[in-house]
Amino acid sequence: MPLKKIGDFSISYLQILNEKGVVDAKLEPKLSDDELHKLYRTMLLARETDARMLKLQRQGRLGTFGPGTGQEAAFTAPISAASDEDWIVGTFREPGARLFRGEPLSQYLAYFNGYEEGNTFDPAKRVLPMSVIVASQTLHAVGLAYAMQYKGEKDSAVITFLGDGATSEGDFHEALNFASVWQAPVVFIVQNNQWAISTPRKMQTRAKTIAQRAVAYDMPGIQVDGNDPLAMYQATKEALDRAHAGEGPTLIEAVTYRLMMHTTADDPKKYRSEDEEKEWWKKDPLTRFRVYLENKGLLDEKSHAALATEIKAYIDDEVKKFEAATDWPPDISFDHVLGTRHPSIERQRTAFLANLNKEAANG
Amino acid sequence: MAKLNMVQAINLALTEEMANDENVIVLGEDVGVDGGVFRVTDGLHDKFGEKRVIDTPLAESAIVGASIGMAMAGLRPVAEMQFSGFSYLSIPQLEGNASRMRARTMGKWTCPLVLRMPYGGAVRALEHHSESREAMYATIPGVTVVIPSGPRNARALMLAAIRDPDPVVFMEPKRSYRAFREEVPEEEEVRELGKAQVVQAGTDLTVVAWGAMMRPTLKAVDLIQKKRNITIELIDLLTIAPMDADTIVESVKKTGRCVVVQEAPRSFGASSEIVARINDDALLYLEAPVGRVTNYDVVTPYFGREMMYLPDEQRIARSLEETLDF
Ligand SMILES: Cc1ncc(C[n+]2csc(CCOP(=O)(O)OP(=O)(O)O)c2C)c(N)n1
Ligand SMILES: [Mg+2]
Repeated sequence: MPLKKIGDFSISYLQILNEKGVVDAKLEPKLSDDELHKLYRTMLLARETDARMLKLQRQGRLGTFGPGTGQEAAFTAPISAASDEDWIVGTFREPGARLFRGEPLSQYLAYFNGYEEGNTFDPAKRVLPMSVIVASQTLHAVGLAYAMQYKGEKDSAVITFLGDGATSEGDFHEALNFASVWQAPVVFIVQNNQWAISTPRKMQTRAKTIAQRAVAYDMPGIQVDGNDPLAMYQATKEALDRAHAGEGPTLIEAVTYRLMMHTTADDPKKYRSEDEEKEWWKKDPLTRFRVYLENKGLLDEKSHAALATEIKAYIDDEVKKFEAATDWPPDISFDHVLGTRHPSIERQRTAFLANLNKEAANG
Repeated sequence: MAKLNMVQAINLALTEEMANDENVIVLGEDVGVDGGVFRVTDGLHDKFGEKRVIDTPLAESAIVGASIGMAMAGLRPVAEMQFSGFSYLSIPQLEGNASRMRARTMGKWTCPLVLRMPYGGAVRALEHHSESREAMYATIPGVTVVIPSGPRNARALMLAAIRDPDPVVFMEPKRSYRAFREEVPEEEEVRELGKAQVVQAGTDLTVVAWGAMMRPTLKAVDLIQKKRNITIELIDLLTIAPMDADTIVESVKKTGRCVVVQEAPRSFGASSEIVARINDDALLYLEAPVGRVTNYDVVTPYFGREMMYLPDEQRIARSLEETLDF
């Protein structure tokens, strides 16, 4: 018997605002001036936050962190397409997503300076704490989405972020499968920044696109110019609309680039060329977004300078706030082992405090 | 003799054994071109090529699962978990298959693989980069758990681990990676697994430690010896499981007093096992309860508070004195 074709698949690529800032008017999403302004401001804030954090880290005033520079459109624009009812389940390289939802920068800094106080953003804001175990958060997203369905919260979907490296973990594939089987309202956003530490994207998978992973799990998958904020907004919006309508999950591959080191402990010179980095700087999401806003008459030299000043002042304030908060109790870790106090642990708290006193007495 | 730090010493052992035995394969996340995030495998990719030094996709379970297949086909995989905190994703393969292959088949099949992992705290890193969970691995029969404390024993233990016929979890105290250098002999030196080392002999007190705790313990021991004009026997455990209780018991029979120092939380750790072994075989020789200096039973605090929880020289010294004064 002749082979019969039983499936036919294709993957689309979406770009709305090109590298030069030229917009495809047919595809241009209808964002209000305020929405556009908030999106640009948050992207710029994320960029400036990276720069400041890098300085603080080099001065020993902050711990290791992974800069998101270059990926601001990919991790910020999706949140501008969401409502406050939608959840954000991310990892450690989406400052713009968290800041957009209103997490104070001082808290973000506290996290990267080694304090759990940095994870105490109001749960009502629906932002899960950062997940450091690569890809593990994608399953939490599926569970949250199931819970939203179960509770009848039709206006709530879950946006989860992961990296290109993370797509190699079993957790990711299991999450796609669960989401598909349950038709759970999840939007998986893969920030394909071309690198997982030193491992290039082509060594994670032979597949031509990451978006095509969606095919195997029977969900919509799309590849998007991840440095194009309008395309990221639009793709996420459509995915959220489907999720809210009960039409299940979507996989979005955001093609972007990690312009800086993996973390401050990493040296990219060891494994990639500066020429490659230079090529990607030409695709900077902030540059093209600024041109777009200028062309729309929403931004000019003067108002941009004012915005930059406002952002700098905000960062200055938040750094001050973060550095002034030094009176956190040393034994607080004992408070949060379990919700119920147990004598076995309390006894150790007593020993811990007695030890601190002795160390203090001995200088 | 060359003065090497622990990173260089482990790198030396890997280089030597890869040159000795073409079945030795190194695999893991970023171990090739980058030479590992701590540079432990630096240069191996250039020397031995990408077929023997494999930059894998990001998947711990796959790294260990594939290592099992390689080992069963006669290769000697040395797999790296980038941090011990991510090694748990591979436990289904290690516990469920590697550790059982010999017992399951009554020795027809074995699983000689090494699972290397940096572990332990005090490096100001993010969550999951601080834990000391040697006890978790030590509870799995069929797995040897090794922890070097310095460059010289790291090199000698790594050679033994690669040649061992069974799975070895090789936990590297990352705090000690570049903390100090030691003379490492040019000629091959292999240190038998399953044996503790009496680092210095003494008659008044036995102290047992391992990994990154050896350095503060050594300092505390020096301090108290001088202060009290006594001698302390210091034992470096080196292999957590199977545990060399004989060396500890012999020492305790001699000194009658013992303190164990462990970086891990207090309960259900290797120190508990040591106390149990002393109880089994040397209880009536004891003149004081066995002292324990440990972390606490809390979820490891982020690095802002971490150092307050880890045993340090002062805390160890006080414990030595309490046990001596009992
Ligand atoms: C399960 C797990 N394994 C390893 C690591 C160490 N690690 C942290 S980030 C990273 C690379 C992640 O690459 P990718 O998913 O592309 O995200 P990116 O860092 O590029 O944002 C690795 C290997 C980890 N955090 N979790
Ligand atoms: Mg990546």
